[in-house]
Amino acid sequence: MATETIAAAESGMSPLELEEAGKCIDAHGGAIGMPQLCVDWMGNQIFWLLVALVVIFFVLKRVALPRIAAILAERQGTITNDIAAAEDLRARAVEAEEAYNKALADARSDAQNIVAQTKAEIKAELDEAMAKADAEIAARSAEGEKKIAEIRANALESVKDVAKDTAEAIVAAMGGKADGKTIDAAVASRMKG
Amino acid sequence: MATEAGAAETGHELVFHPMDQFIVKPLFGDGPVGLFTVTNVTLWMAITILATIALLVLGTSKRATVPTRTQSVAELCYGFVHKMTEDVAGKDALPYFPYIMTLFVFIVFSNFFGLIPGAFTTTSHIAVTAVLAMLVFLTVTLMGFFKHGLGFLGVFWISSAPLALRPVLALIEVISYFVRPVSHSIRLAGNMMAGHAVIKVFAAFAPMILISVGVGIVVTPLSILTIAAIYALEVLVAFIQAYVFTILTCVYLKDALHPHH
Repeated sequence: MATETIAAAESGMSPLELEEAGKCIDAHGGAIGMPQLCVDWMGNQIFWLLVALVVIFFVLKRVALPRIAAILAERQGTITNDIAAAEDLRARAVEAEEAYNKALADARSDAQNIVAQTKAEIKAELDEAMAKADAEIAARSAEGEKKIAEIRANALESVKDVAKDTAEAIVAAMGGKADGKTIDAAVASRMKG
Repeated sequence: MATEAGAAETGHELVFHPMDQFIVKPLFGDGPVGLFTVTNVTLWMAITILATIALLVLGTSKRATVPTRTQSVAELCYGFVHKMTEDVAGKDALPYFPYIMTLFVFIVFSNFFGLIPGAFTTTSHIAVTAVLAMLVFLTVTLMGFFKHGLGFLGVFWISSAPLALRPVLALIEVISYFVRPVSHSIRLAGNMMAGHAVIKVFAAFAPMILISVGVGIVVTPLSILTIAAIYALEVLVAFIQAYVFTILTCVYLKDALHPHH
């Protein structure tokens, strides 16, 4: 490489010679070979690595990991509780639904009972009223018949009287003299006939 | 370089320094890098620590039952590593959960901060990942012997295999056991380094249009598109490598806790 050639020219050594001499960088600050293999730098890296590892380890072990473990455990607990609570609420909802259905069925059967009872009451009332009305009708018609019979009897009597009077008048007009008994008998026999 | 003739005319040249981003340098001054020098490594590790505190401590400070966005991410992160530890290494590995979480958080933040242009990727250095891997290796091995005594050696003795094969398998198991920290560390550092270096290589091609319009009209948009594509891949790799490192730690831990196959 160009830079290495320059470095070698300045130091009077080839890059390979520089590397063998334990040099890690050339005169321009460029890497010679693999910096990973530079022994000069290893101690520094290992020291700081160990420092970093120890710091990270104690930060994790003392603070971070117990805290995260606690958070996760707490969350697990919360989730478990919530699921239990949800299960409980679900059971209560099922219970409430059952109660609702039962109330509905009860109300329905109550309503049916009330309807049937009301129907029976109305029927009974109706029957009673009908019976009463029938009785009244019967009474009224009996009375009417009686009145008709009376009127009929009265009418017959009147006809008899009229017939007698007429017969008497006719007999008198004929110049005869009729006694009451004969006329009655005659009218009665005629009326029958 | 092939472009040097053109560079002389225009004053521009393609500069390839893909490895310069991995240089460790002091933050203050220009002296040598000693053991306790405050360097860019210190800076980016400090940023990692601050990000960890911001996400996992400040983000959860409300302790809300219904989490805020930051708290959600913190809980997600916790749940992800916790579940991984429990699923892969078993319930008795949970005491090691803070340690595994430390590794995951450190690596995932370092990887992602490394993706910021101009940032220093601490996990791209083998020195860093080797220490991480050796810590896991030592913890797991010592803990295995501490818990099971010599019974821990049962991890090499595969009782489900035919008896004649067991010594051969034991040899292979021993070798693979000691290769673990190597593969564990190089996998992470190699992935991070390779991705970042490749992005830099393509970035070096991007100013081609300043040197030669004819070539640059093709090369410049192509290299920019490639950078975007590799960057997207690197975002994926940043997470996956942190995940892989962590899950392998869990696997090794499981071997130590239950050495008998």
